[in-house]
Amino acid sequence: MSPREFQFVFGGFLTAWLILVIYAVSLGLRERRLRKELDRVRQMVEKR
Amino acid sequence: MREKVMYTLAVIGMALLTWNLYKILFVLPQEANVAAYQIVYFHVPAAFTAFTGFIVALAASALYIATSDLQYDAYAAGVTEVALAFASVNLATGMIWARFAWGIWWAWDARLTSMLTCWLMYAGYLILRRAIEEPTQRARLSAFVSILGCVNVAFVYKAIEWFRTQHPSPVLSIRQGGGMGSGMEAPIYWNWLAMLCFAGVLVIVRMRQEAVSREIDSLRRMAHAY
Repeated sequence: MSPREFQFVFGGFLTAWLILVIYAVSLGLRERRLRKELDRVRQMVEKR
Repeated sequence: MREKVMYTLAVIGMALLTWNLYKILFVLPQEANVAAYQIVYFHVPAAFTAFTGFIVALAASALYIATSDLQYDAYAAGVTEVALAFASVNLATGMIWARFAWGIWWAWDARLTSMLTCWLMYAGYLILRRAIEEPTQRARLSAFVSILGCVNVAFVYKAIEWFRTQHPSPVLSIRQGGGMGSGMEAPIYWNWLAMLCFAGVLVIVRMRQEAVSREIDSLRRMAHAY
């Protein structure tokens, strides 16, 4: 494999997994936000 | 139970992926070692994983229309979102390969454009869901878009046979392609399986979030009822 080919193959593999990792991280952040929101709403209900 | 399934799928996916990477980079015959061909081993399975997700979303949407059970709508939304991530992988890896093989990042040929319209359609599906507040109206409209989107999926799948344009013709033997040497085809299917395992993990996480969202909504209703 020539260095140029390696560059493209590596770029392809990296891009593929980067997209999935970014999506997984965004899911994780969303989950954390939802859990916080759930705690907040639970406290609100308990206070009432 | 759900956690166990999630971790099992993640471990199977990782093991398959490691084995496949080894095979793709070190074991495959010399023919696979030209023109950045290895990208195909991620490009094609990503498309297959996305299509599998869109078909599952179609089934869930049809079930929602038949039963009006919002659980199916939530399932369709979760699976579509994950499938769209894999469709993005398919488009991005395709563009990188195109830059190497054709010298351009993109060509407006029927095969590439049909996949882009498919991606845009499902992205539109997710945007539509954010735009409608009322759950049953959102679910009904989303279900119709999902069903319509799946017609597009069938078109994309057949486009590489129907249109003789810049995108390579089918190479897999299941599509009467026959363009790959012996032993070169199997890693595509194993990578598809690995990606399906990862998609399964992401769908489980996404469904857990849907459950939390529903709980938040019901607590809010309860709070407003006081």
